Amino acid sequence: MKPMFSYKKVSKSYDELEVLKEVDLDIEQGEKVALIGPSGSGKTTFARLLMTLEEPTSGVIEVDGEPLWHEKKNGTLVKASEKHLRSMRGNIGMVFQHFHLFKHMTVLQNVMEAPVTVLGFSKDKAMELSKSMLDKVGLADKLEEYPANLSGGQKQRVAIARALVMKPKIMIFDEPTSALDPELVGEVLEVIKEIAKEGDMAMLLITHEMDFARDIADRVVFFDEGKIVEQGSPEKIFNQPETPRLQAFLDRFNSR
Amino acid sequence: MWDWNFTISILPEILSALKITVLATVTSFFFALILGLILTMLSRVRIKSIAMITRKFIDFVRNTPLLVQLYFIFYVFPQYGVALEPFTAGVIGLGMHYSTYLSEVYRGGIEAIPEGQWEAAKALNFDRANTWTKIILPQAIPPIIPVLGNYLIVMFKETPLLSAITLVEILQTAKTIGANSFRYLEAFTIVGVLFLLLSYPSSRLIRSLELRLNKNR
Repeated sequence: MKPMFSYKKVSKSYDELEVLKEVDLDIEQGEKVALIGPSGSGKTTFARLLMTLEEPTSGVIEVDGEPLWHEKKNGTLVKASEKHLRSMRGNIGMVFQHFHLFKHMTVLQNVMEAPVTVLGFSKDKAMELSKSMLDKVGLADKLEEYPANLSGGQKQRVAIARALVMKPKIMIFDEPTSALDPELVGEVLEVIKEIAKEGDMAMLLITHEMDFARDIADRVVFFDEGKIVEQGSPEKIFNQPETPRLQAFLDRFNSR
Repeated sequence: MWDWNFTISILPEILSALKITVLATVTSFFFALILGLILTMLSRVRIKSIAMITRKFIDFVRNTPLLVQLYFIFYVFPQYGVALEPFTAGVIGLGMHYSTYLSEVYRGGIEAIPEGQWEAAKALNFDRANTWTKIILPQAIPPIIPVLGNYLIVMFKETPLLSAITLVEILQTAKTIGANSFRYLEAFTIVGVLFLLLSYPSSRLIRSLELRLNKNR
């Protein structure tokens, strides 16, 4: 079967600094992939390339067989136009570490705006959908609140509903609980777990919560120094790490 | 000395000129609001040559006197076939001059919006136009409303310059009254008081608006 998302020799440099070095990775439809690794290992950049927030320096990313950052013109691959990027971007959603809710909109408006403006849904349909999403993340009673009046955990759950309502084929979670107070982490992880159970949406989850990665991931990918050093099932990665670098990384984690 | 009868007799004439002053101010201000926003957008486009020309234009307009610009528009343009009424020329000159200042105000407001708002809009697949109109501007404009309001008052106080291109606003009217009657005291005093009566409450209003906007944040 052809993978739904495919990175082929993808590199990213900022001036002299090479953040990603010819990384290959395939993600199947509905597959839950956890990215772990030390900070600065390139995992966030890896995800941001897929969300089209950063452009790869070289290599190709494919979504359902079609290049994301490139277009085929007269048989050769050229840099994609904004139009092409927009047509591809609808497949991909993202939840950010710092939520990035729209501060001038209520919770309901935050979720509703894109279905109306981007997908062209009627207000009624968008509202119905948004309310059911907010219900799913446990915020049905906060529809008219502004983000400023929410806790971090509530903000992140709104952000999840906002991304989810667009029905992407893959959802990127970029350290979704790293900015939260410890007592609020659980409620967000719970919501993500629920969504993961539903199935057909793939997930790319960057996290430092190892237990959580073990729980929901089909596959765990360990990044270090801009490369994938080791990958496999959670059992293999966490119980029988092969490379010394992964062993050292996990030791540091467990000793905390 | 001060002559009340004379004061009352010239008041209607000055008040009718006040209408022109206020109309010129408001029209110029709205022109500046729109042109200023356009300049801000143009100075941010990804086509580098357009962005650079826009920034040069802003620098040029800000660094030459408004009076020189007004003379150019009113006296030089007609030589190239563009003859404008004093009111139109005044609105274009005053509006264009202040649009360059307002564009800096807009820029400040826009740059205060965190990068994450742009990224969230992109992740939700908003196009550029909708990112601006639905996400960025609704957050960038409210905090700068007090500053924009201050420029309205500044522009109001600049309108006497328009007399230089023969627009009959209040100062010009007062000068004419003075020249015809040899009484300047009453006419100029009325003009000063009128500016004060309109500017001062407006600036108080803007101040309270500013306090209210800050409270909600």
